[in-house]
Amino acid sequence: MTPTISTDALIVGAGPVGLFAVFELGLLDIKTHLVDILPKIGGQCAELYPEKPIYDIPGFPSVTGQGLIDNLLKQIEPFHPEFHLSEMVASVESIGSAEAPLFRVITDAGTVFETKTLVIAAGGGSFQPKKPPIPGIETYEEKSVFYAVRRMEDLRDRDVLIVGGGDSALDWTLNLQKVARRVTLMHRRDEFRAAPHSVEQMRALVAGDQMDLRIGQVTGLGGEGGRLSRAICRGNDGSEFEIVCDAMLPFFGLTMKLGPIADWGLALDENLVPVDTEKFETSTPGIFAIGDINTYPGKLKLILSGFHEGALAAQKVFRYINPDKRLTFQYTTSSSSLQKKLGVSGT
Amino acid sequence: MLRVIGNEDTMAKLQFVDFGGMVRTVEAAVGSTAMEAAIKNGIPGIEAECGGACACATCHVYVDDAWQTAVGAPTAMEEDMLDFAYDVRPNSRLSCQIKITDQLDGVILHTPERQA
Ligand SMILES: Cc1cc2nc3c(=O)[nH]c(=O)nc-3n(C[C@H](O)[C@H](O)[C@H](O)COP(=O)(O)OP(=O)(O)OC[C@H]3O[C@@H](n4cnc5c(N)ncnc54)[C@H](O)[C@@H]3O)c2cc1C
Ligand code: FES
Repeated sequence: MTPTISTDALIVGAGPVGLFAVFELGLLDIKTHLVDILPKIGGQCAELYPEKPIYDIPGFPSVTGQGLIDNLLKQIEPFHPEFHLSEMVASVESIGSAEAPLFRVITDAGTVFETKTLVIAAGGGSFQPKKPPIPGIETYEEKSVFYAVRRMEDLRDRDVLIVGGGDSALDWTLNLQKVARRVTLMHRRDEFRAAPHSVEQMRALVAGDQMDLRIGQVTGLGGEGGRLSRAICRGNDGSEFEIVCDAMLPFFGLTMKLGPIADWGLALDENLVPVDTEKFETSTPGIFAIGDINTYPGKLKLILSGFHEGALAAQKVFRYINPDKRLTFQYTTSSSSLQKKLGVSGT
Repeated sequence: MLRVIGNEDTMAKLQFVDFGGMVRTVEAAVGSTAMEAAIKNGIPGIEAECGGACACATCHVYVDDAWQTAVGAPTAMEEDMLDFAYDVRPNSRLSCQIKITDQLDGVILHTPERQA
């Protein structure tokens, strides 16, 4: 078992708002750990619109989603935040008091934290695979329909249907082709978003009759007792056909779901976490919510607002961690102590 | 000079037909998008989670046969995003990528049974 990680502040979510909170907390000498379910840093900006320009970040007439994340990472470098990626914060248990909060936080990978404060910067919630609305699909989930592959062995010698045209679909096609009885890749058009070299590999396998490629869409599923036996499909000319398969992997991108946050004992308002606008604290003392996940009168889901919320929440986090210390207001431009933390010199 | 932007915009009429066949007619300013008009008027069946950035595919519509030429075909970026929509057909478009022009006055758009 891995040892428990003790920290002053744990941030749930490594989107832009969680990242900037590292900076504001760092200026107050508070060290941070961040957990994100995605394998990469940057939340919506990096996952949904890395190439698109944002025009309303103060001081940046235009910056792309990824560009903003890269800059934030550079800005927080002096504080050496520790990232725990591809892990979802599953449970939060209060083991302290209202005056001296302490939380035991456990991820789905089994990492255990004991943190004095928890900053939820979970945006629209955790990114999870989209489920295509094929009628009756739920009955086959877990047994025959999978949105992620945990163990390739589970698919050995099965007839696997993979649906989609992006990197996940193509990567799993190439990997599973080696263990499955037969792999069929289905996509709605004969063009793929995936990396060109994986598309080439796939086409070579099709040419060598080692797998099948079908163009069309799955409209229905057939089987018994949760075990899939066929997919009912429609071609682009409207024709109906069936594909024999006992496993299906649909790859339709990611969507954001609130996820386990609903079970952390916090007051919720339509899947958002209500906070006050002085400290951005939730109904549980010591737990804060900043960025897209929170709500308060006048809330705007803008990156700009999330940055402000993080700065104010950091002040209260400081008070919990240092109940006896005074907090003096300082500018990064002129405070030599802040500049020392940032590793720069003002003159 | 103080003026309210938007007041003198030319308007076009859009018709949204839902899955059950009900028609809702709304007005949209030329230069805005069909998705914006749908959201502003609370058209059911258009979710537009990403707010029009061509990043969510939850503003999927079917262009009425008679209007396909006028509306035109999706760009490569939109085609990629349509991969995430459900029940895509040859007349599928993402409504946030349909710019309203004078030529589209009266355009008919069908909303799907569900968004992905
Ligand atoms: C297409 C598009 C365009 C946009 N354009 C603009 C714009 O121009 N200007 C602007 O200000 N805003 C814009 N936004 C909104 C902006 O991206 C969001 O306001 C911002 O990303 C919110 O940041 P965040 O850090 O609060 O959350 P997010 O960026 O959503 O990040 C939250 C992270 O938390 C993770 N997470 C959630 N729950 C858990 C859990 N239980 N365990 C582990 N990890 C978890 C998620 O996986 C995610 O990575 C746009 C959004 C989209 C989709
Ligand atoms: S609103 Fe998201 S793709 Fe159109």
